[in-house]
Amino acid sequence: MWASGGLMTPLGYFVGAATLTPLAMGPDRALLATAGPPLVWIAAALAVMATLERLFQADLEDGSLDQMMLSEAPLEALVLAKGAAFWCVVGAPLALAGAPVSIALQAPIDRIPLIVAALGVGAAAFIGVGLVGAAVTAGVRRGGVLIALIVLPFFAPPVIFGAAIASGEDVEAAFLILLGCALGATAIGPFAAAAALRLQAE
Amino acid sequence: MLSYFANPARFMTLSAWASPIFLGIAFVLFAVGTPWALWLSPADYQQGETVRIMYIHVPAAWWSLGIYALMGAASLVSLVWRHALADVAARSAAPIGATFAAICLVTGSLWGAPTWGTWWEWDGRLTSMLVLFIIYLGYIALWNAVDDEDRAARLAAILCLVGLINLPIIKFSVDWWSTLHQPASILRMGGSAIDESMMGPLFTMAGAFFSLFAGLLMVNMRAAIHRRRVESSRIRQEQA
Repeated sequence: MWASGGLMTPLGYFVGAATLTPLAMGPDRALLATAGPPLVWIAAALAVMATLERLFQADLEDGSLDQMMLSEAPLEALVLAKGAAFWCVVGAPLALAGAPVSIALQAPIDRIPLIVAALGVGAAAFIGVGLVGAAVTAGVRRGGVLIALIVLPFFAPPVIFGAAIASGEDVEAAFLILLGCALGATAIGPFAAAAALRLQAE
Repeated sequence: MLSYFANPARFMTLSAWASPIFLGIAFVLFAVGTPWALWLSPADYQQGETVRIMYIHVPAAWWSLGIYALMGAASLVSLVWRHALADVAARSAAPIGATFAAICLVTGSLWGAPTWGTWWEWDGRLTSMLVLFIIYLGYIALWNAVDDEDRAARLAAILCLVGLINLPIIKFSVDWWSTLHQPASILRMGGSAIDESMMGPLFTMAGAFFSLFAGLLMVNMRAAIHRRRVESSRIRQEQA
């Protein structure tokens, strides 16, 4: 994970995409205040997508995956642990960086804690799905575009409801659905990803 | 019963005459259903002539969901019993399902422009249908990206099963987010809301789409099995 640029790659994507947005939209404050906050979610989704490619590929290449399979711990648990670690080094920093980025995109100050919390939950949903995408494409060279195509449909619900929270529509319901997405992805993701990794190591 | 037909050799003999039969049925049903739907059936009292788009749109939508469900079942069989024919079936069905989904999206857009006054709206049904189309594309792309065919089959099967989550979301999207797309009007509590004069052409077209799918699926599967045989005999010759 550190070899692929580590912490800075997703943060760079996130801040970069969020900086280009107001430049493309022009400095109109009213327009930015309505359209800006949801765009935080596009930046976050792209940032996570960009880091998924090497998540299991590196393990497959250097033999770490074989060691993981030889371990007494079930592969599903190891994959879950890997997802949790990924959340700590990518998801949590993204959520925290969401605060200055949302302020720059004209989100109201009193909504910032909520946006940060939602980004943290949404990152867990992205990563749960991303584990599956990364696992099924681990053996594919230059699989980045393929991963993006595979995870895109599953990134849609967190983006929809996360963006609703960011723009302050029906916040409570949207937050509950976002939590549901994260829980569902965390429950299913490690099992599907572990099943795919077993095939990759055969 | 299923395991009897799941033998590849038996499938080849059976499909040799079953696929032309299905394609023939599709031809007859399209020959009957198309003029019935596009000229003979009555125009809608509100939608006018544009209602005729429905006879293409609705069957394509039904079967694009149905084909994905079938691929899900084949994927499960492939993962649990490691059956080669199930892999071939799921892989061969995907391009047909993707095409049906594309037909559904394009005809829906053509119908929406005069009726709703918009080519595209990000409502629940339209978005989830687009998501299904992208899932189809991702599934096909994964199959093509992995070189080892057995591994590709089972990785794609895992992806297909995960993607099944989208089917109920599409089905109930019109009830959960009652925005633009109308809710179900044929299979619903209290009977169908569609006039009987429209049911005839609709079900004929649905039957035509299904027969077309079944016929094309068998053609695709036969081509895939032939290709495998050619490849394995080439490997044998190279080794000899």
